[in-house]
Amino acid sequence: MTGPKDTGPKDLEGDVPTTGHSWDGIEEYDNPMPRWWLYTFYACIVWAIGYSIAYPAWPLISGATSGLLGYSTRGQVADEMASAEAANAEINAQLAAVDLPGILETPELQQYAFSKGAAVFRTNCSQCHGSGAAGAKGFPNLLDDDWLWGGTMEDIHATVTHGIRNTTDPEARYSEMPAFGDLLSRSEIAEAANYVQSLSGPANDPTLVAAGQTVFEENCTACHMDGGIGSRELGAPNLSDAVWLYGGDYDTLVATITNSRFGVMPDWGSRLTEADIRAVTTYVHQLGGGE
Amino acid sequence: MAFLDKHKILETNVTLLAVFSFVVVAIGGIVEIAPLFYLQNTIEKVEGMRPYSPLELTGRDIYVREGCYVCHSQMIRPMRDEVERYGHYSLAAESMYDHPFQWGSKRTGPDLARVGGRYSDEWHVAHLRDPESVVPESIMPKYAFLGNTRIEATHVQDLLKTHRLVGVPYTDEMIQNAAVDFRNQANPDSDYDALLERYPGAQVRNFDNEPGISEMDALIAYLQMLGTLVDFSTFTPDDSR
Repeated sequence: MTGPKDTGPKDLEGDVPTTGHSWDGIEEYDNPMPRWWLYTFYACIVWAIGYSIAYPAWPLISGATSGLLGYSTRGQVADEMASAEAANAEINAQLAAVDLPGILETPELQQYAFSKGAAVFRTNCSQCHGSGAAGAKGFPNLLDDDWLWGGTMEDIHATVTHGIRNTTDPEARYSEMPAFGDLLSRSEIAEAANYVQSLSGPANDPTLVAAGQTVFEENCTACHMDGGIGSRELGAPNLSDAVWLYGGDYDTLVATITNSRFGVMPDWGSRLTEADIRAVTTYVHQLGGGE
Repeated sequence: MAFLDKHKILETNVTLLAVFSFVVVAIGGIVEIAPLFYLQNTIEKVEGMRPYSPLELTGRDIYVREGCYVCHSQMIRPMRDEVERYGHYSLAAESMYDHPFQWGSKRTGPDLARVGGRYSDEWHVAHLRDPESVVPESIMPKYAFLGNTRIEATHVQDLLKTHRLVGVPYTDEMIQNAAVDFRNQANPDSDYDALLERYPGAQVRNFDNEPGISEMDALIAYLQMLGTLVDFSTFTPDDSR
């Protein structure tokens, strides 16, 4: 081993000029910049000049220099969108053209629609229906075979395209349950809630079930049908299958009957392409409950 | 280059140093900022933009107060992945009535520039009350208190006046009717025709489905408007921009 490296000032004898500044007797050497640093610096300047000629850069009177390469951010994103669209144009056109059940019969189309639909679902649908499509309170589970408006390809396609109870699409699916808080007494609502519970399980207070059946038949069967089996044409949920959108416990049922519910789904026809909608229809149909 | 040797004058005179530093920074400012005021591409006109309605503007204040911009951007960049996910890239004109703009610089949550109409009011209420109830993987805090905080139209006229002061073209009529418009937008049973005339495309609903006007109503009115104003059917992108 040699001695410690000499890292102190290289020149104590005064060969290197100082900057000439003297602050309280402290002086500063005026050593040249490291070569590698200096040349990198010059190279950057040259690069910047070339760059500002090749790309949009200098502001002028009414616009900016457009650059020799003709680059534009908007142009680039338009090109990228177009090339992605062109790459799938053929199969997208095919997807948009066949009749809906036909998608399921062509394996190649079905596979494409399913993967594409999964992406469309995650981007647009998962926030309400959940990333695994299991839904949440007030947002239907799409994994089961219980459908409010129908589970065939045509039904799902119509629901996705026009949405439900929105104000933006006149063809949106629509049903409106009255808020029975204004129409029935509290005791009648309690009876009806007990009857509805009894359709799929034990009632909160079995002694009220018989009275509740009368209330139900007078007020609810027009839409929910005898026995509460519901009607998809009327958009009235089946109340006898123990599948609940807002909850089947007594308190929730009383709240639902009193205030009604009004779930809204946007009309995706105004946002997605026909191929996107058909793809997500296929995806939802294949999640488990498709009819 | 003899004048370069005179730097000692600047280095030993602090006032002069400050003045020259300001001049140098000002040159940078003029080159980078001034062109934005006259270059056509930054002041592109679009159809449909209008000043925010009193209820939307109040919602926007709540958005700013709660620091939504800390986690949510309102700026869809012109890139394919963003356009595919969020919709058409944001245009400068869409922030023209924003003081200050809400572009944000971080996305812990998704971009909100075009969140309007994407979800139902009911979803927004459920999500703001308890985000995990609809998006289990969400790390967004709960904002349930917004639904319990009633708001009055007391200061909404001053709010509009303030925004007019910084350049939003609110008319005298808009300012006079601020309180009425504020109440009517959250009440579908009101006579809101004049509101729609003043603020085309404004959505009139009881946003949180609860009686009275709460901060929840205002915030949802703002969110449901975001990104819905510009009429893209009349917009042709100019590639040079």
